[in-house]
Amino acid sequence: MANITKEEVKHVANLARLAITEAEAEKFAQQLGAITKFAEQLNELDTTNVEPTTHVLPLVNVLREDVAVKGLDREVMMLNVKEHVDGLVKVPPIITE
Amino acid sequence: MTLFTKSAQELQELLKTKEISIADLTEEAYKRVAALDGEVGAFLALNEEKATAQAKEMDAVPFEERGPLFGLPIGVKDNIVTEGLETTCASKILEGFNPIYDATVVNKLREAGMVTIGKLNMDEFAMGSSNENSGIKPVRNPWGLDRVPGGSSGGSAAAVAAGEVPFSLGSDTGGSIRQPASFCGVVGMKPTYGRVSRYGLVAFASSLDQIGPITRNVRDNALLLEAISGVDANDSTSANVEVPSFVEALTGDVKGLRIAVPKEYLGEGVGEAARQSVLDALKVLEAQGATWEEVSLPHSKYALAAYYILSSSEASSNLSRFDGIRFGFRAENVTNLEELYKETRAQGFGDEVKRRIMLGTYSLSAGTYDAYYKKAQQARTLIKEDFDKVFEEFDVILGPTTPTPAFKIGENVEDPMTMYANDILTIPINLAGVPAISIPCGFEDGLPLGLQIIGKYFDEATIYRVADAFEKATEFHKETPQIWEVK
Repeated sequence: MANITKEEVKHVANLARLAITEAEAEKFAQQLGAITKFAEQLNELDTTNVEPTTHVLPLVNVLREDVAVKGLDREVMMLNVKEHVDGLVKVPPIITE
Repeated sequence: MTLFTKSAQELQELLKTKEISIADLTEEAYKRVAALDGEVGAFLALNEEKATAQAKEMDAVPFEERGPLFGLPIGVKDNIVTEGLETTCASKILEGFNPIYDATVVNKLREAGMVTIGKLNMDEFAMGSSNENSGIKPVRNPWGLDRVPGGSSGGSAAAVAAGEVPFSLGSDTGGSIRQPASFCGVVGMKPTYGRVSRYGLVAFASSLDQIGPITRNVRDNALLLEAISGVDANDSTSANVEVPSFVEALTGDVKGLRIAVPKEYLGEGVGEAARQSVLDALKVLEAQGATWEEVSLPHSKYALAAYYILSSSEASSNLSRFDGIRFGFRAENVTNLEELYKETRAQGFGDEVKRRIMLGTYSLSAGTYDAYYKKAQQARTLIKEDFDKVFEEFDVILGPTTPTPAFKIGENVEDPMTMYANDILTIPINLAGVPAISIPCGFEDGLPLGLQIIGKYFDEATIYRVADAFEKATEFHKETPQIWEVK
């Protein structure tokens, strides 16, 4: 753990599906570097045998009765979709040359 | 003088005697929004036509059939979905998004008979402490228009502080109800994690987010929390715990109450005025028979770091759904699907949101997961245990809500770390999942200060009892900002 490089920022941006410019990568590298450096103070803590907390309530599985319920109408579901054809969502080509 | 100086109870008296109508209350809200919101900037969308029609219909309901909140106006934070009323989370990426269902809390407001006036401005996707991250427009603090209202529920707090609406809903992930409530001199409650359904709350950090009420006084706050609480089949993390009458808890009696004051909450980084206001509050409660002792929450200093790792990690996953395909903004002139995702997200999200998505993605990546994410989860356990220990011997924990009153717009925007430090006293509470309220407890240079009262899991009743006892003994909540008077 230490500084975050511009290349690492670009890699992370790609994983997060964010287009990023050179100038942004530079700025974010600096800012994320400062934040992760701050986060390194957690290393002062002895966490041997400390269970990680994902959730504060003692919930395990929450099940409902296995009964079918009606969902939303397809027409309603499509209200906010920019492009759709015959009840299907349309997207640009997935693979291009 | 506006009707919104009055409490729910007083307004109901006026409705009962027909001195005013529900239509009058709705009209008053829109009148004040029209007069004040150009400067305050609290509202993003108004529900005027529907609300006006609804109010007229509701006036016909016999008084005996109405509940204590019936007919009263409320504003809803813009990350809570409202069917047919644009919901954007103050983000460009959700521009034009028209929800197709109501959040559970919105259904509950309807059952209680409340009238939704409109949607309230916020930091984009609830990420921020000043509302300067709103992708639409900034909110200004009614107590000083050159000051931030706090965040992320800045619109929710400012709208109540300016008397545009007497009630609002906010959401709190690391202080987003309490910090703006403190900055705007109003009452804001973050309930226990699981107390209120998150169904229809656009997720930021699912293990931390809670919806809660913002009001001008403690009793109204208790009434509203009562109305929105309860287990919900649509939210598997909502808790199947009985919802008591929070209003009945307002006995005014704090005799024998054991108060803990963490030394970490009055130490380094906390302003003198904030510190003094808490000490003064302790005297007020002591005079009524409560006792207090200094305690330690030794892992408090690690909360901020743990919070930013965990909340950003959860956000990076939650915000992956904004891809330009099913709702909201969609980038143009792209050649393939991956480019559509990347360009939509790059153009749709603001810098703070991008920063947190990348921090989260980084923390969860192979090679850094153990060092960041898991380590932060372990720190969270230690922070939670600090609270558990103190609550073995004490009923409530008291401290300031924020280290200082509202800062100037633009003062902290350049440096994310200074901005984040604002939430140092509110974040540990979300990590532990316990409930906490902020109530007005003083002023510094004419700007409000907030007292934070933290309680045990699902013991909002005791928090309200203490807050109410303090409120009854003080006058801070009666103060209004200069902007309040509308000609």
